Amino acid sequence: MKRHLPFLVVVLALAYLGSTLRESAPQKPFDLAAFGRVPVLVNGRIKPLDTVARTSILTMQGRQTVKTPDGQSLSPAAWLADVLFSPSVADHYRHFLIENREVLDLLGLTPEQGDKGKRFSYSQIRAKAPELDRQARLAEAVEAPLRTAFQRQVTAVRSRVVLYLQLTATLQPPDSKDFYRELLDLEKKLPATVAAFRGEKAGQTHDVELLKAARVEADRFAYMNQLGYLRTVPPDAKDADPTHWSTMGGTLSDSLLTGTLHRWAVDYASIGDAWRSRDAGRFNEITRRLHDELGVRYPMAMRKSDIEARFNGAEPFYSSAVLYVAAFLLGVASWLSVGDLARRSAVGLMSLAFVASTLGIATRMWLEGRPPVTNLYSSALFVGWAAVLLCLILERFHRNAVGTVAGGMIGLATLVIAHHLSVGGDTLEMMRAVLDSNFWLATHVVVITAGYSATYLAGFLAIIYVLRGVISKSLDRTTADSLMRMVYGVVCFATLFSLTGTVLGGIWADQSWGRFWGWDPKENGALIIVIWNAVLLHARLGGLVRERGFMAMAIFGNIVTSWSWFGTNMLGVGLHSYGFMDSAFFALIGFVLSQLLLIALALIPLHKWRSPMLVRG
Amino acid sequence: MKAYLESLRSFFVSLHLTVALLILSMLLVFVATIDQVNLGIWAVQEKYFRSAIVFWTFPDSGLALPIFPGGYVIGGLLLINLVCAHLYRFALTWRKLGIQLAHGGLILLLLGEFFTGLWQRESYLRMDQGETKSYSESFHAVEMVLVDTTEADSNRVVAIPEARLEEKKGLQHPALPFRLEIKTYYPNATLQMRNPTNPPATTTSAATTGAGLQLALIPIPITYKHNERNSPGALVELTGAEGSIGTWMVSLQLAEPQTFSYQGRTWQIMLRSKRTYHPFTLTLKKFSHDKYPGTEIPRNFSSLVQVKSKDGEDDREVLILMNNPLRYRGLTFYQAGFDNNDTTTILQVVRNPSWLLPYISCVLMFVGLMIQFGFSLAGMFRKRQRAATASATVSAPAR
Repeated sequence: MKRHLPFLVVVLALAYLGSTLRESAPQKPFDLAAFGRVPVLVNGRIKPLDTVARTSILTMQGRQTVKTPDGQSLSPAAWLADVLFSPSVADHYRHFLIENREVLDLLGLTPEQGDKGKRFSYSQIRAKAPELDRQARLAEAVEAPLRTAFQRQVTAVRSRVVLYLQLTATLQPPDSKDFYRELLDLEKKLPATVAAFRGEKAGQTHDVELLKAARVEADRFAYMNQLGYLRTVPPDAKDADPTHWSTMGGTLSDSLLTGTLHRWAVDYASIGDAWRSRDAGRFNEITRRLHDELGVRYPMAMRKSDIEARFNGAEPFYSSAVLYVAAFLLGVASWLSVGDLARRSAVGLMSLAFVASTLGIATRMWLEGRPPVTNLYSSALFVGWAAVLLCLILERFHRNAVGTVAGGMIGLATLVIAHHLSVGGDTLEMMRAVLDSNFWLATHVVVITAGYSATYLAGFLAIIYVLRGVISKSLDRTTADSLMRMVYGVVCFATLFSLTGTVLGGIWADQSWGRFWGWDPKENGALIIVIWNAVLLHARLGGLVRERGFMAMAIFGNIVTSWSWFGTNMLGVGLHSYGFMDSAFFALIGFVLSQLLLIALALIPLHKWRSPMLVRG
Repeated sequence: MKAYLESLRSFFVSLHLTVALLILSMLLVFVATIDQVNLGIWAVQEKYFRSAIVFWTFPDSGLALPIFPGGYVIGGLLLINLVCAHLYRFALTWRKLGIQLAHGGLILLLLGEFFTGLWQRESYLRMDQGETKSYSESFHAVEMVLVDTTEADSNRVVAIPEARLEEKKGLQHPALPFRLEIKTYYPNATLQMRNPTNPPATTTSAATTGAGLQLALIPIPITYKHNERNSPGALVELTGAEGSIGTWMVSLQLAEPQTFSYQGRTWQIMLRSKRTYHPFTLTLKKFSHDKYPGTEIPRNFSSLVQVKSKDGEDDREVLILMNNPLRYRGLTFYQAGFDNNDTTTILQVVRNPSWLLPYISCVLMFVGLMIQFGFSLAGMFRKRQRAATASATVSAPAR
């Protein structure tokens, strides 16, 4: 029985993964899953409302879950429906992340008023919104890299609020109480209105009151068109260009001239009415109809949009992270006492986690039609993926659970990093013209990112060496030797990949803007990784360091790689600074300090280590 | 003496030197990257990489201290170290082939960068739609030109380089019927209206003719920002046989030349970006700037240009786009920017005779490292196999 334990563990994990893939049954009474699949055009691509909901929630509040004021959890689609159709309800959701004390003071708020002290609702902000806007304008005049913490935060909070206001103005004017009735009234008056417009133009007598009312409407629609975030109305069937979507406001403005209301506008207004009046039958009927209608017209885009909604719901990277934690714990347990059964279970779980993230990355690649690494977010996914692949190979050869522990650590860490990077917005974004080259994205970017993976892996293996040696008695000579071989092999791999990747980057630069090397911060960061790996190899070859020194240097590689990966993006100069971010600065400093501490641990004299190794390091 | 030579040799072939130099180069690159925030990418290259020694200047004083070896010293020593070590330890074996190829590639890469530093020339070509140009302009350098435009079909141009302007001295040129006196030169200056309440700073040398009657030069600090350009300006007095002709104010900010007559001939005076003339012309037929729908994210920039050589060999249309430059007669034209509501293109023009070296070294290094690590991997497998068979024979009797 005991022999089958690893097998059982894997089957259980497989069942867990399978459960995330299951298509959710139509919810009752409102089919919010179907609502989440309705496609819109935003930021250059057709995507499901579900993605809009998730990325908006992340951008505004930095986490996935939303709660109503009375503590009920909301699905992303339900949250979006409230924001789009019932702003008076959504105004009380505490979904704006405000962490800076000075910004809170500015808004006249205290942490006690917020959800967990840092999330606030629009109704709490509304009174001070003009002041927030004024302060953000003042801050924007300062160049991004030079802004103070307050200035950065105030612009960030303002953009969160603006995103919310854009969403509320997407499908109905923000001041509207019952937009569906308004539209039906408008439809009745439209022929007379158009006649009045024509009459005025021709200088004949016309209904002045009607025109006055129509002008008020026109202003409201223009406001919606200007502010509205999503392009919700697809082009006419005759229009072949799938990117000619328009906003609700734009469509309604047009109807004042043409005299006919666009059917999609009425449908959306009707969905809103059904949502507010809890008429689930009508809500479900129209959302499904809108979805199916487009399915015929844009089969490919709609297939992608549907798969994307499923992909969002399955959250493969979240399940991978869970499995990585389990693999890590089982791996550590196998060193302490439990032995090979735990190790084999750990290998099984890590393999499954690897398969899940492989599928996740593959889905993203298919959705985008791009190689795996296109932005900082996907680079985090890929660094973890490649490191775990290397770990699986190492574990295959060494069979001492080191691979599962290192893989579990890096896999989890990179997914946590990726989660924090996804707060910036949609992670499937369009590529800027400079980067729009699948060939170079597939070669230079992938190779250099694999170089990051290997350098990190060497560092984490070295951390295992140091921690096991210093604080546990489990580091015997065999394990130490095998760790040394692993680190050395991985450093060789890292040298090969970082060097090749850097030179390929130079060649891309030569192809794109005429210089092989421009001393751009990101290029320099890559160069420093190459040099550091070369230092490791030559220091070992020249006998400058032995086992322990080599491990300490490998840990320093973590600092070097982190600086290249994130530190250079924080400088805000150069052609590569497309991934600018600032809140991660302190996380980076913290990581660097932790690594320095580990290096210091490695330098503790051997006789103070708890593991009684035959002295060699 | 022999001992001295030997210790010198062992110094230059040692791995200790390699490691020390690598660490120094890492520090240099790191500090230079951080300093880019203050100095900008151009000044950093000059200060750290294209220099023998990095100096640190005390704030508010001219005192400069040498604090760190520069790119030329570190790179040069690394090159010597590499070459020496390989000559000294050279052995023609398969085992060492990978390492030798990889390091040979590295030597080539270092040399390539050195030659690039020496030979590479960058300029830009800015064209409105429909415009034809036969020259490109420098990003930084300026020149003052005096053009005799009397003849309808040809102009005679005398160009005075920036270095001569900086000397602020008198100049005489055989093609010019007058003497030049550079009275003032500012490496960066802005223009302001000259009016009674805002008299020019230096009234004695103020312009007496041309645009300088209305405008005054106001010196401002030199900028290092990567998206800004210094705008030099100067006051120049021309003196003929019968005395002063006048004092002109010239500035990079004046887009049009100033015209005057002297001895029956028409002249133009202008300060402009230094030009490089090419034996061909480019005409911008169309510039396109595509964006992703519903966003401001650029999807593509491209310039459709007509290339026409003066020797009549070429007359064709070429599309230059991102990641797809035009390589023509030793020059490469890249899509670098745009202006004027997408009707003006800016092409970067690069001449770099050593551009091929990095490609070769890349191949050498990759192949070399593959061979080396291939050997290591094969060795590891052999060891494992031996270990496996050994343990099998050991455990066999136990059964």
